[in-house]
Amino acid sequence: MRGGVRSRAGAALCVVGLVATAAAGCGGGVDQRAVGVVRASWGDPQNALEPANTNEVQGGKVLDLIFRGLKRYDPRTGAAENMLAEKIESDDAQNFTVHLKDGWAFSNGEKVTAQSFVDAWNYAALVDNRQKNAAFFAYVDGYEKVHPVRGEATAKTLSGLAVKDPRTFTVKLRTKFSTWPDTLGYPAFAPLPRAFFEDHERWLRKPVGNGPYAIDAYTRGSVMRLSRWDGYPGPDKAENTGVELRVYTDNNTAYTDLQAGNIDLVDDIPSTQLRNVRKDLGNRYINQPAGIIQTLVFPLYDERWSKPGMEKVRRGLSMAIDREQITRRIYRGTRTPAGDWTSPVLGEKGGYQAGLCGEVCTYDPGRAKQLIREGGGLPGGRVTLTSNVDTGSHRVWMDAVCNSVNNALGDDHACTVNPVGTFADFRNKITQQRVTGLFRSGWQMDYPLIQNFLQPTYYTDASSNYGKFSDARFDRLVDEANAESDTGKAVAKFRDAERVLTALMPAIPLWYQNGNAGYTGDLSDVTLNQFSVPVYERIKVK
Amino acid sequence: MGRYVIRRLLQMIPVFIGSTFLIFFMVYALGDPVAALFGDKAPDPAVAARIRAELYLDQPLWKQYLHYMGQILTGDFGTAFTGQPVLELMGDAFPVTLRLTIVAVAFEVVVGIVLGVVSGLRRGRAADTSVLMVTLIVVSIPTFVSGYLLQYLFGVKWAVVSPSVPPEATFAELLLPGAVLGLVSLAYVTRLTRTSLAENARADYIRTAVAKGLPRHRIVVRHLLRNSLIPVITFIGADIGALMGGAIVTERIFNIHGVGYQLYQGILRQNSPTVVGFVTVLVLVFLLANLIVDLLYAVLDPRIRHV
Repeated sequence: MRGGVRSRAGAALCVVGLVATAAAGCGGGVDQRAVGVVRASWGDPQNALEPANTNEVQGGKVLDLIFRGLKRYDPRTGAAENMLAEKIESDDAQNFTVHLKDGWAFSNGEKVTAQSFVDAWNYAALVDNRQKNAAFFAYVDGYEKVHPVRGEATAKTLSGLAVKDPRTFTVKLRTKFSTWPDTLGYPAFAPLPRAFFEDHERWLRKPVGNGPYAIDAYTRGSVMRLSRWDGYPGPDKAENTGVELRVYTDNNTAYTDLQAGNIDLVDDIPSTQLRNVRKDLGNRYINQPAGIIQTLVFPLYDERWSKPGMEKVRRGLSMAIDREQITRRIYRGTRTPAGDWTSPVLGEKGGYQAGLCGEVCTYDPGRAKQLIREGGGLPGGRVTLTSNVDTGSHRVWMDAVCNSVNNALGDDHACTVNPVGTFADFRNKITQQRVTGLFRSGWQMDYPLIQNFLQPTYYTDASSNYGKFSDARFDRLVDEANAESDTGKAVAKFRDAERVLTALMPAIPLWYQNGNAGYTGDLSDVTLNQFSVPVYERIKVK
Repeated sequence: MGRYVIRRLLQMIPVFIGSTFLIFFMVYALGDPVAALFGDKAPDPAVAARIRAELYLDQPLWKQYLHYMGQILTGDFGTAFTGQPVLELMGDAFPVTLRLTIVAVAFEVVVGIVLGVVSGLRRGRAADTSVLMVTLIVVSIPTFVSGYLLQYLFGVKWAVVSPSVPPEATFAELLLPGAVLGLVSLAYVTRLTRTSLAENARADYIRTAVAKGLPRHRIVVRHLLRNSLIPVITFIGADIGALMGGAIVTERIFNIHGVGYQLYQGILRQNSPTVVGFVTVLVLVFLLANLIVDLLYAVLDPRIRHV
């Protein structure tokens, strides 16, 4: 074991170092670890770890370790498979009956029943509880009563939910939504134990779930130690004895720690290290597509961008961007040029179609220039790109995209960047519709369904439709797809809807974002799921 | 002396109010932080409104400020977006940064003054020239460069220490980060000591002391050093506050979860209660450090005793 040799050599050097310079600290115990525990990098979760209140990756990682819902997305294929659900039945794509499997429990011994789900969902939907993922329950009947846009809630529970017996409950949706059961793998739909409601503060300090791991200790902002829960009844029992998640502020330090053998797994390779990562880690470097797409959205609420004929300009701009070169040069292959508005992780069956966007998403400076001229030119003769620049190397690609556009149009001043200092400020500008040029929009899927890529972002007045795109044909196709009870037919309808986007180009697809990870030789069977989160329970420790 | 201290303490009140208002204004002027809590998704209007009301963000700025100051005076620093009281975050962060600062200051005082005395007593000779050269180099290297370099050398290449500091952050574990943090100040301390020493070495009272036949070490320590340290102490006093606030870079490099880390996270997420709370405490530290420096003057040189 390499770690062992190192620590002995380190201890010897330590004494010498202390005598010689007094500058070398000899922290004992950092190289020792419990047998079979995976030590992984982590980021500080934004919120307290409530399932319906966590909408970012770092908190999501923990939920994935300590919770299992009705469904779970196969980490390899992304298909929604039954986990706690025995079966979910419906005759009309609107009224569903959920049957639970027997023998499931929370790690504190309490049984998982239909009531555990119904209580959790009612808690999530009720506006008083301020859950950020409340909108996921908007499909359930009675949502507007427990979660009015303004004013007080007029009901405490969703009228669409009813417990039939300890292992059965029914759900009535507001509209037809055939693929609704496939959304239930999202962490917001997790069941909650009574302890959550009885002593909320205490539960938040040390959450208890029904997943393959249980939390041993949690120091907020620093470290979380989880160990395998031996009473876990599921088929995906942990292959290791536990997981230690360590918070890093800087992914460079995490990478350095990985090189020093101080941790075993990092799931965010710093961009400055991408050049060396293959040399450093060899085949212990993972780079695979995740369900994240970056787009440039047109502010269609601004009449200059939405007037008839402008779709030519919008299509032309898309053709002026050399995605191939930018992803290769700047991102060193950790982004894949986008050819549609979804993600390759969906697979052909799930609705992804390579090159659906066709020539419009292919670099062709000559045609780009021609289209923009035919459409009446850029509004005011120029365009700006807006994004936050505090993370994600956004400044670099924005400059590159602008360069590409300027070269294609033969005008050095056609495109300029408008960098915004912080993410918060950027989000404010977007939600208040204060951006007049193109702006970045990153979309990370909630569940691997084509519906999740198209409906929240391009449907008329949908929650994340920031450009205010609205098209009757697109909306009709999405409605039809949702009402279709056959999944294959539904996906085909969604694809038709996506073709409308090709013609009208409300947002330019830039690239699909990959998940990145690296690990030491002490681990094996390390994989990432479609959400670019390591599948911790499968990792084996030597 | 007593009146002097009281006057200084009273002067701190307007400075405290002015600086907190400026910080408050700057952080809150950045805009509404609630939108960012929802990531790339549109904020749920009803939920966002509730969060705003809870954080007092739906009020005009002056009301928010009064509310905030009222809270602070009762010892309540508000709640961070994670639901943790800011006071709890401070309880975790300040001890760590304090330890880091103590290591850095000890490092710069011991090594800096020794080097300064050595070169000051050997003006113009090889030792003096080489110390000056080294300090020049140290001053010109930014902390993040020396930090990453030393981290790589000690942590990865020679594997002497762990490249990152564990959450407990004991003194031993903070030796390397503390040295990195204190490095630039160390160069200043060395140069200040040297110059001050060189100047005073020619003073009449030193000639008198030499003429009296006092032993050399007594001349250096009791007469020369005591007078020469006044500018050095001024610098170190002001440096304590600067080091605590300036630990952002060092703490980030070595993954230390102290004040710098909390400030960085707070700014990145526009977590106003955290940022304003932490900076307020830093302002207090700064003011107190300056007061202590002024009081130390009197100890070192009775002539500057204020009446």
